Amino acid sequence: MAIWLTENSKIIVQGITGSEGSKHTRRMLKAGAKVVGGTNPRKAGTTVDFDGVGLPVFATVAEAMEGTGADVSVIFVPPAFTKAAVLEAVDAEIPLAVVITEGVPVHDTTEFWAYSISKGAKTRIIGPNCPGIASPGASNAGIIPADITSAGRIGLVSKSGTLTYQLMYELRDIGFSTAVGIGGDPVIGTTHIDALEAFQNDPGTDAIVMIGEIGGDAEERAAAYIEQHVTKPVVAYVAGFTAPEGKTMGHAGAIVSGSAGTAQAKKEALEKVGVRVGKTPSETARLMREVMRSL
Amino acid sequence: MDLFEHQAKELFAEYGIPVPRGVVAHTVEEARAAAEQLTGRVVVKAQVKTGGRGKAGGVKVADDAADAEQKATGILGMDIKGHTVHKVLVEEASAIAEEYYFSFLLDRANRTFLAICSASGGMDIEEVAHTAPEKVAQIPVSPLTGVDRARGREIAQAGGLPEAALDGAADIIEKLWAVFVDEDATLVEVNPMILTQDGQVKALDGKVTLDDNASFRQTEHEGYADKAAEDPLEARAKEKDLNYVKLDGSVGIIGNGAGLVMSTLDVVAYAGEQFGGQRPANFLDIGGGASAEVMANGLEIVLSDPSVKSVFVNVFGGITACDAVANGIVSAFKLLSERGEAVTHPLVVRLDGNNATLGRQILSDAGLPRVELVDTMDEAAKRAAELAAVGA
Repeated sequence: MAIWLTENSKIIVQGITGSEGSKHTRRMLKAGAKVVGGTNPRKAGTTVDFDGVGLPVFATVAEAMEGTGADVSVIFVPPAFTKAAVLEAVDAEIPLAVVITEGVPVHDTTEFWAYSISKGAKTRIIGPNCPGIASPGASNAGIIPADITSAGRIGLVSKSGTLTYQLMYELRDIGFSTAVGIGGDPVIGTTHIDALEAFQNDPGTDAIVMIGEIGGDAEERAAAYIEQHVTKPVVAYVAGFTAPEGKTMGHAGAIVSGSAGTAQAKKEALEKVGVRVGKTPSETARLMREVMRSL
Repeated sequence: MDLFEHQAKELFAEYGIPVPRGVVAHTVEEARAAAEQLTGRVVVKAQVKTGGRGKAGGVKVADDAADAEQKATGILGMDIKGHTVHKVLVEEASAIAEEYYFSFLLDRANRTFLAICSASGGMDIEEVAHTAPEKVAQIPVSPLTGVDRARGREIAQAGGLPEAALDGAADIIEKLWAVFVDEDATLVEVNPMILTQDGQVKALDGKVTLDDNASFRQTEHEGYADKAAEDPLEARAKEKDLNYVKLDGSVGIIGNGAGLVMSTLDVVAYAGEQFGGQRPANFLDIGGGASAEVMANGLEIVLSDPSVKSVFVNVFGGITACDAVANGIVSAFKLLSERGEAVTHPLVVRLDGNNATLGRQILSDAGLPRVELVDTMDEAAKRAAELAAVGA
């Protein structure tokens, strides 16, 4: 079992003919994901070959859904075109849109989020600026490396890509139901809380790893949610204890101004509700091992 | 990117928002000339990208040009919360009747925009927000509907502004919304927005934060960059498209992925506690690809920081497998020695993930001087801190 992405998910790629889009389409196919087509209005009607697999290119998401039965879109278009791509996916009411693109202006993200809400939030948006979602052994939508881990019963939700990979790799013998990279931008579609809720309700997930980093108050709000609604064990890691105030560390979200949003405040909020917080990624993996052994 | 007050006001003026007349001065002589040009009473305001200037003594009223020169002498060169004052804004003094607060900002938690308005503006707005939150109106603004003049008037009313100020405030709020959207700002703040004794509403201060992600469509924003305040190493890294932030420690850090590098800084700082408080010297994210050239550029930047005593290369091989990363490091050493900048500092390398064993093999076979391979991130951090402590 898994959340949001299963072996039956049919995936299209918006920007399938671009360099990133085609590179990762090839990878996703290799990982066993059912990629069924893509979009590019200028190349509609053509077919793109991926090592012997011919995938049809459609003009729009709606046409691609009609032609293939797709229920997931992975978006690889450049930042300037990302808003339009997401609006198109929302208009087509595709159930899941995974926005990989890095560097999307926050006004665009805020606008497509508001638009999605105004249309009844029929599309779950993950990202932007995220590695995507992977359900090991079942499917892979995005850029998470497929072969660093195995299928299992840990759920993972993370703001950071490489830290996700690190934890997936350290716990590869135990394995994961689903790993979701939600992205580190100030405004994102799917939050820690959304993933916690889904993992809590997923019979295939026994315990949850949550990875956060400095900036914003998403981890503090997740802590409040865990206290009220999550009965499965949660282990957490927060990056950025030593980051100086007022300096951006790569992710737009990872900036500390004043006291709110510090790693220490997040750690304390999580520990207060019984979440064990690792001091390093390796210690976090050790804590999760203990949790899985005790179940 | 944060703007200086004078840049924010120049931007406001372009959008037709009333601001006092003012001139920027970098020297006391320029300050005097500015005051002479403006005539009458002026205000000399430190231009630094931080709050609390008034309380720090960085804003002074001057009666005439001679006085302005004297006030500028005190303010130029001053340190305000770690920011040195390199320029002042000399502005005509306003006859203030009342002070209000207004801002548009990004509300991360609710994934929307927010207008904040209060009749109790001025230096103590944060205190007011804390002790009397009912006096500070917080109104969500949808990016789909925005703010027109009528909505601006409602917001001003909600903030408790008096009848006499509503029309002027509504006009400013509507135009500030245009600044916020058209310039891709994440914050526009006016504190105080004033009602003058002759009944005009003006922006007496301005704080603007622009979204760097929008630079592809806001090309003129490049002109706002504060080159003087930029760290020279950060400037060089930027030219090479490297995501580098200078810090104050002795262990150089290179890694892939912002989260992993941030985590590396933490792990090094913890490990450094055992070795006389060694700390990370920088943040450097070389990204997912980690080609030889990027690795070489990264090493070059990190090693040209004189406070660096050892370097920790922490890479997780995901899409780019570790053998490719290892080859990148080997080529980087070659590239650097060809450039006449052979690596003389100790380098601790931790490779994990796809093809880690092969990657480590490549590095040990290459026999690079002063390169040590350590299996885990925690142990590698410890070794790098230890090497930094012995002065390499």
